[in-house]
Amino acid sequence: MRMVHYKNKRIVLEKREARSGKILFIVPIISFIVSLVLGAVVLAASGANPFSTYFYMARGAFGSWVGFTETLVKAIPLILTGLGVTIAFKLRFWNIGAEGQLVFGAIGTAWVMIFWTFLPVQMLLPIALLVGMTAGALWAGIAAVLKAKWGVDETLTTLMMNYIAILFAEYLYYGPWRDPDGYGFPGTKAFPREAWLPRIAGRAHWGLVIALAAAVILWFVLYKTKWGFEIKMIGLNQRAARCQGVNIQRNIILVLLVSGALSGLAGAVEVTAVQHRLMKGIDMGYGFTAIIVAWMAQLNPFAAVLVALIMAGLLVGGDQIQMMMGLPASMGLVLQGLLLFPLLAGTIFSDYRLRVVKQEEVEQCS
Amino acid sequence: MQLITTLLAVTLGAGTSLLYATLGEIYTERAGILNLGVEGMMMMGALSAFTVSFYTGSLILAIVVAMLIGGAMALIHAFLCITMRANQVVSGLSITLFGTGLASYLGQRLGPASNGKNLVGMTASSFTDYSIPFLEDIPILSAFFNQDILTYALFLIVPIAWIYMYKTRSGLTLRAVGEDPRTAAAMGISVSKVRYIYTVIGGMLVGLGGAHLTLGYTPGWSENVTGGRGWIVIALVIFAGWNPGRAIFGAVLFGGINAIQFRLQAAGTVIPASFLNMAPYIVTVIVLTVMTLLGRKKRGKFSPPAALGTSFSIEDK
Repeated sequence: MRMVHYKNKRIVLEKREARSGKILFIVPIISFIVSLVLGAVVLAASGANPFSTYFYMARGAFGSWVGFTETLVKAIPLILTGLGVTIAFKLRFWNIGAEGQLVFGAIGTAWVMIFWTFLPVQMLLPIALLVGMTAGALWAGIAAVLKAKWGVDETLTTLMMNYIAILFAEYLYYGPWRDPDGYGFPGTKAFPREAWLPRIAGRAHWGLVIALAAAVILWFVLYKTKWGFEIKMIGLNQRAARCQGVNIQRNIILVLLVSGALSGLAGAVEVTAVQHRLMKGIDMGYGFTAIIVAWMAQLNPFAAVLVALIMAGLLVGGDQIQMMMGLPASMGLVLQGLLLFPLLAGTIFSDYRLRVVKQEEVEQCS
Repeated sequence: MQLITTLLAVTLGAGTSLLYATLGEIYTERAGILNLGVEGMMMMGALSAFTVSFYTGSLILAIVVAMLIGGAMALIHAFLCITMRANQVVSGLSITLFGTGLASYLGQRLGPASNGKNLVGMTASSFTDYSIPFLEDIPILSAFFNQDILTYALFLIVPIAWIYMYKTRSGLTLRAVGEDPRTAAAMGISVSKVRYIYTVIGGMLVGLGGAHLTLGYTPGWSENVTGGRGWIVIALVIFAGWNPGRAIFGAVLFGGINAIQFRLQAAGTVIPASFLNMAPYIVTVIVLTVMTLLGRKKRGKFSPPAALGTSFSIEDK
C-alpha cells in the first residue's frame, strides 16, 4: 500500500519497538524551520520580501526589552490555555473550546470586580481570579458532562460553546454591563485600581508567575501522581483503562474541569492585568493557538511554556510587520497554522522507521 | 403567505452553501476520513472565488478555482492522515487554523492598490437569482424557483449523490472502505486510493460551498464570512446520519434559522442581537445531543461509519 517501488527493492514503514524520544524532540524543531520556509513562499507569492519580514518579526518580538516583555504578555494566556488543552488532549478529549472557556473566565472575573463591591478591595483580586477559574471550569464542564453521560461528540460541543460565550460577552459589554460614562465604548467600567494584577517588568505582569507555577503543578500531576497515570492510560487505551477499574466518566469530567479552569484563569489574568475591564477584543484567538501550543509541545507542560513563547513571538512579530511594513498582522497566524503540517507529517517517524527491503522478503511477510 | 415565501426563499439561499459542504463532508467521512478542516477550506473557497470573480468577472472560473483550492487543501489533509497516518482531529484543526489565517492575510493583500490592497468593501460580479417562468407564480413553492444557478444545481446533485452512494458499485466500495477497510482491502480495493479520492472530492464541494457565500448568499468579502458555518456542517453530517438525501433537512433547518434571525433583526425585537446570533450554535449543540441519543437507540441508522477517524495500513496486524 504505502510502498514506493524502487527497482526490485521497496521502502516500507516498519513499526519501532519503542517510541523514539530523540525524534519527538527533533521533529518540532525541523517543523518550525519548514514552516518558515513555507511561510516565505506565501510572503514572496503575495509580493512581500520574506527576509526583511522575518527580520522585522524577530526583532519586534525578541530584539528589544520592550518587545520581549510584550511577547511575555501574550505568552501568558497562551501558556495557560495551552496547559488547559494539554491535559484534555492527554485524555484524547478534543477540547477546542479553550477560547470560550477563556472568555467565560473573563466574564466571571469581571462580575466579581464590578458587582461584589461589598468585599474589601484587597480581597477582590484573589476572589475574582477564583471565580474566573470556576466560570471557565463550569463552561468546559457542560461539554464534559454531555460526553461522559451520552457520548456527545466533544469537538463540536466545545467549539459551539466558543461562539456562545463570545456572543454572551458581547451582549454584556454592549448591553447591561456597558460603562454608562464610557461614551458608547463597548466595555465595562475599569476595575478598581487596587485590584489590578501588578506588573513585574515592562508590561509583563504577575500572570507570568502564575502561568509558570501552573506548568510545574500540571507536570507534577501528569507525571508523578496516580491520577496523571490514569489520565494517560485512558488516553492511550480506554478499554484497557476500564478493565483496570479506572472510572472513565468521572475522569472525563474532572479533567475537563481542570482544563476549563486553566483557560478560565487565562481570561481572568488577562482582564485583571492587561485590559482592566471586560471589553471588545477579549476573544483574541489565544484559545485556538493553544491547540498548536499543546500539540507542538507533544503534550509536555514544560515544552508548552517554550512553544507558547515562540507563538507569542509570532503574534508580536505580526503586529510589528503591520506597523513597520504595512503587511497584515495575520501573517503571524499563517505561520502558526503552517507549523502543524510538517509536525504531523514528521511524528510518524517516532513510531515507524523507514526500511528498504527486497521484494521477496516482503512477500514472505505477507 | 408572502412572508412564508420570502422566508423560504432566504432559507434555501442560506442553506445552499451548507448543503454543498455537507455533501462533501459526508463523502469524505463515508470513506473513513474525518476532516475538521471544513471551516478553513470554506473560508479559502470563499476568498478565492471572490478574488477571481473580482479580477476576471468570470463566475465559472471563480467556482472552478474555489473547488481546486478546496480540493488542494483536502489533499494536504489526505496526505497527512492517509500516507503519514497523522491524527485526523489535529490535522483537520490545523487545516482550519491555516485556512482562516491565510484567508485573512490574503484578503488584505490581494485587493486593489486603491483600496490599500484590501478586498473588504469591493464588489464583484455574483450569481443573480433567475426565476423560472410559470413555476415562479405558484404560491409558496415559487420560493424554490426564484434562486441562483448554484441552488438549482442542487436539485440535481442531491439525488445523484444519493443514488451514487446507495445504488452504484463505486458507492458500495466507498461505504465498504469506511465501514471495514480490512475487509475492503481483502476484496482487492485500494483503501488509500479510495480515501484520497473522496477526501479531495469532499474538499472540492466544501470549496464550492464557500464560493456560494461570497458570490451568491452575501456577495462580497468580509473577514468572518463563514462565521462558523464550517463547524455547523460537521454537525449537519451527523444530523444527516451520513446520508446525502437526509442532508437536505439539516441544511433547510439551519438555513431557516438564518432566515428567521435576519427577519427578526430587521423587524426589531426585544431579543438582543447577540442572543439571536447564538441560535445556530445553541441549536447545533441540542441537535447533536438528540442525534447522539437517537444513534445509540437505533444502531445503524444514525451511527457513523465504523472506521471513521482511524488510519489503516495493510501492514498493521
